[in-house]
Amino acid sequence: MNLLSVSNLHVNFHMKEQELAALIDVSFTLNRGERIAIVGESGAGKSILGFSIVNLIGKPGYIKSGSIKLESKEITKMNLRQLQEVRGKRIAMIFQDPMMTLNPVLTIGDQLVETIRSHTKISYKDARNIAIEKLHHVQIASPEKRFNQYPHELSGGMRQRVIIASVLLLNPDIIIADEPTTALDVTIQAEILQLLLTICRDNGVALVLISHDLGVVSKVAERTLVMYAGHVVEEGPTLEIINDPQHPYTQGLLNALPQMTLPGQRLNQIQGSMPSLAERPTGCAFHPRCPYATQKCRQEQPKFIYSGVSSVACFLVEDMLNEFANNDKEIS
Amino acid sequence: MPIPLIQISGLEKAFSSNESWLSQWRFRHGKFKKHKDSIHALNGVNLTIHQGETLCVVGETGCGKSTLARVIMGLTTPSAGEIHYLDQRIDQLNNRQRMFFRRRMQMVFQNPYASLNPRMTVYQTLSEPISFHNPQLSQSQVDEKIDALLESVGISALSSDRYPHEFSGGQRQRISLARALSVEPDFIVADEPLSALDVSVQAQVLNLMMDKQEERNLSYLFITHDLAVVEHFATRVAVMYLGRICELAPTETLFQSPKHPYTQALLSAIPRLDSNTAQPIRLIGEVPTPTEKPIGCVFQARCPYANQRCYETSPPMTLQSDGSSVACHAIEEGRL
Ligand SMILES: Nc1ncnc2c1ncn2[C@@H]1O[C@H](COP(=O)(O)OP(=O)(O)OP(=O)(O)O)[C@@H](O)[C@H]1O
Ligand SMILES: Nc1ncnc2c1ncn2[C@@H]1O[C@H](COP(=O)(O)OP(=O)(O)O)[C@@H](O)[C@H]1O
Ligand code: SF4
Ligand code: SF4
Ligand SMILES: [Mg+2]
Ligand SMILES: [Mg+2]
Repeated sequence: MNLLSVSNLHVNFHMKEQELAALIDVSFTLNRGERIAIVGESGAGKSILGFSIVNLIGKPGYIKSGSIKLESKEITKMNLRQLQEVRGKRIAMIFQDPMMTLNPVLTIGDQLVETIRSHTKISYKDARNIAIEKLHHVQIASPEKRFNQYPHELSGGMRQRVIIASVLLLNPDIIIADEPTTALDVTIQAEILQLLLTICRDNGVALVLISHDLGVVSKVAERTLVMYAGHVVEEGPTLEIINDPQHPYTQGLLNALPQMTLPGQRLNQIQGSMPSLAERPTGCAFHPRCPYATQKCRQEQPKFIYSGVSSVACFLVEDMLNEFANNDKEIS
Repeated sequence: MPIPLIQISGLEKAFSSNESWLSQWRFRHGKFKKHKDSIHALNGVNLTIHQGETLCVVGETGCGKSTLARVIMGLTTPSAGEIHYLDQRIDQLNNRQRMFFRRRMQMVFQNPYASLNPRMTVYQTLSEPISFHNPQLSQSQVDEKIDALLESVGISALSSDRYPHEFSGGQRQRISLARALSVEPDFIVADEPLSALDVSVQAQVLNLMMDKQEERNLSYLFITHDLAVVEHFATRVAVMYLGRICELAPTETLFQSPKHPYTQALLSAIPRLDSNTAQPIRLIGEVPTPTEKPIGCVFQARCPYANQRCYETSPPMTLQSDGSSVACHAIEEGRL
């Protein structure tokens, strides 16, 4: 059984004037210990998907239909107590801004001890020892000293390490990390990613890494989901997606990277920009920006199909596959 | 032969931390002593920016990149050192004297959401500097200029009566650039202009900057964390650590043969698309906060090659045979 399976998930925003669709028919699975990435431009719906998995999507957003199963248990049908249990013990979240999780008026140590003691009945002294051990585990130097410091006394990189330490305390099955290194420096980014990777690997924790940086993703995730305007448009092994992207949007994202053009040459920009929820175009939502768009793309929604190694929602790819299939038939 | 536009020598900047008068007194060795903490953000920066080049400055958070930019722009005064624009000294000017240079030198900031005035339409944002610096222009000439400028950064002139919040991040950053370009400067300082933007939008803004540079022989001082952007866009790269430049080299040379131990660590840390890059060189610890003026090499605390000399004397910038300059004793001594 899959550890997590999301199927045909629709998330809407209920606005005064209209009903806006934020996630449309999103499906994917996650196995125990597997690491997947969700990529796409800002506004694609990555964070909404991250929040939806733990049913944390706030008003005016709500899960309209679909299913999110943690093993055999349906998350969309859980009551608050069951959800808190899932969020505390089985699925942990890490955000871009560590201060979203850390309490500015409590010391690092008190926060960790509180986390431990809310789950296990042990003495303060024992909890303190565990906390210090975890701080050590996430490579924080002189953890005894840090234990008594407040979040603002720590650098961004150190705060993110503290978050990872507190996530480790919960011993979760899944970590959802929403742009965990975007606010950090390149050198520190690399260290935090390495830490996250090691911890997931060593403890068999599954990871959902949300990022807009394909360079970051290629280092960590085995599989990648590309999102555009609330849809998953491509899904497959990360290396396949990076070396042989099928969907025109994925191709565009990769081609826009500076390393895809000779130094000093103009970069390949994707024209236009991600539509807002209210302005989502008909048919394939990417068609106004797609160099291959046809009449059909403007009217109909392409289905998600398996193309051999990855799955893609694009008429161009679909037509190509059909052509191959027909050729094969003619030959035989 | 490159023409030096901006020359910076021995630049230092210390911020005194704003502690109250009372807390500045410390009891030490049986006496009260006045002790003022300060942060040494720049500790002797020497740098020349040539006409028509893009000089990228890279380095970790807090190493002094933004401070360098602000000192050059005259937004804060240096504690020591000199800055020249062509042959004129510009670090000690009063506001009136600075006016001329405001026109020649412009700045684009990291956050396109904060750097545009939310209560001014795009038209107002642009007409103010244009009219101010060109009092001879008639209103219709100003309008013409605004339209042309907006079109040139890919914003429809029809949307000039809209407010910043009605534009996307990339559009806002292009409007910031239009504002900087509006006074026809020779030199633009851009402090992380891309970091709030998606790759696709970054490409738009970078392309625009390259176009404008070609059109007007602009010089850029470009501050960024993104080494892929540096590799693509820079003419030369300055690597900064704790308020000093530790390596300065033509872009290709820097990426092909980084020399300073810090540059080597920095380059090995870039996440790249190909998965078989070497293991990143792990640096121990994070950048220290420069509360004391550093003695010796600024990198000593994290450097695997540090020896006694590194703790005592600061290594000077030395020109290497391939055109790069490096400040490191180990390289000079042939240990590295
Ligand atoms: N107004 C100020 N008062 C006190 N300290 C300051 C002030 N401005 C900057 N500093 C300090 O000076 C040092 C250099 O800061 P600066 O903003 O130049 O760093 P930076 O290299 O631009 O970093 P980042 O990559 O995070 O933008 C830091 O230690 C910073 O905390
Ligand atoms: N509370 C909300 N009300 C209305 N629209 C929202 C809300 N939160 C997010 N959205 C919209 O949903 C879309 C996807 O958002 P998000 O998941 O945050 O994108 P990403 O994380 O991929 O950048 C965007 O168009 C965003 O503006
Ligand atoms: S379906 Fe059509 S518009 Fe959409 S990505 Fe494919 S070719 Fe482009
Ligand atoms: S001068 Fe010494 S401490 Fe500084 S980088 Fe060179 S070897 Fe390291
Ligand atoms: Mg997001
Ligand atoms: Mg800065």
